[in-house]
Amino acid sequence: MLDYLGFMFIFFGVMAFVVSTIGLLRMPDVYTRMHIGTKTTTIGTILVLFGASFIEPSWALKLFLLAVFILLTNPLSSSVIARATHKDGLVLDRDELKEQK
Amino acid sequence: MIFEILTLLFLIAIFMALYRLLKGPTLSDRVVAFDVMSLISVSFFVVLALYFQRAIYIDIALVLGLIGFLGTSIFGRYIEKGI
Repeated sequence: MLDYLGFMFIFFGVMAFVVSTIGLLRMPDVYTRMHIGTKTTTIGTILVLFGASFIEPSWALKLFLLAVFILLTNPLSSSVIARATHKDGLVLDRDELKEQK
Repeated sequence: MIFEILTLLFLIAIFMALYRLLKGPTLSDRVVAFDVMSLISVSFFVVLALYFQRAIYIDIALVLGLIGFLGTSIFGRYIEKGI
């Protein structure tokens, strides 16, 4: 019974990955691609690790360590790329604040 | 059965990210696609550990996450300041 719950969580996590890469193909801009490419992969990885700890409870400590590591480093790397892209001078595809003026 | 379906979904996700990595107009697109691919690989190694019943694959996933984070940070510094 616990195995089915774990596989359900893993399936939801992998579906989050598929949705994330569909967004990576269809979004118009670097910043929107980064937005969808980091948030959804974070939740997908956390769901996969959570489901794996349901299936094999003896691995739970290592999986928890991996989840904490992903939660710490993923926003940091997305912030690094966003800052570098902005300083490099790349503009938005469509700037709605400038259109309103 | 369930592992075949999961592997198929992982392959679809990795190939869509690979398309963005090969095609992406700017360098930042490619770095974002690389980041996504490394995180998908971390999860794929966890699923492989479940399939082969070996806990050592989790350590590989940990190291892969570390290397992916380092690569992304170094590429960010390269975009910002050059070599």
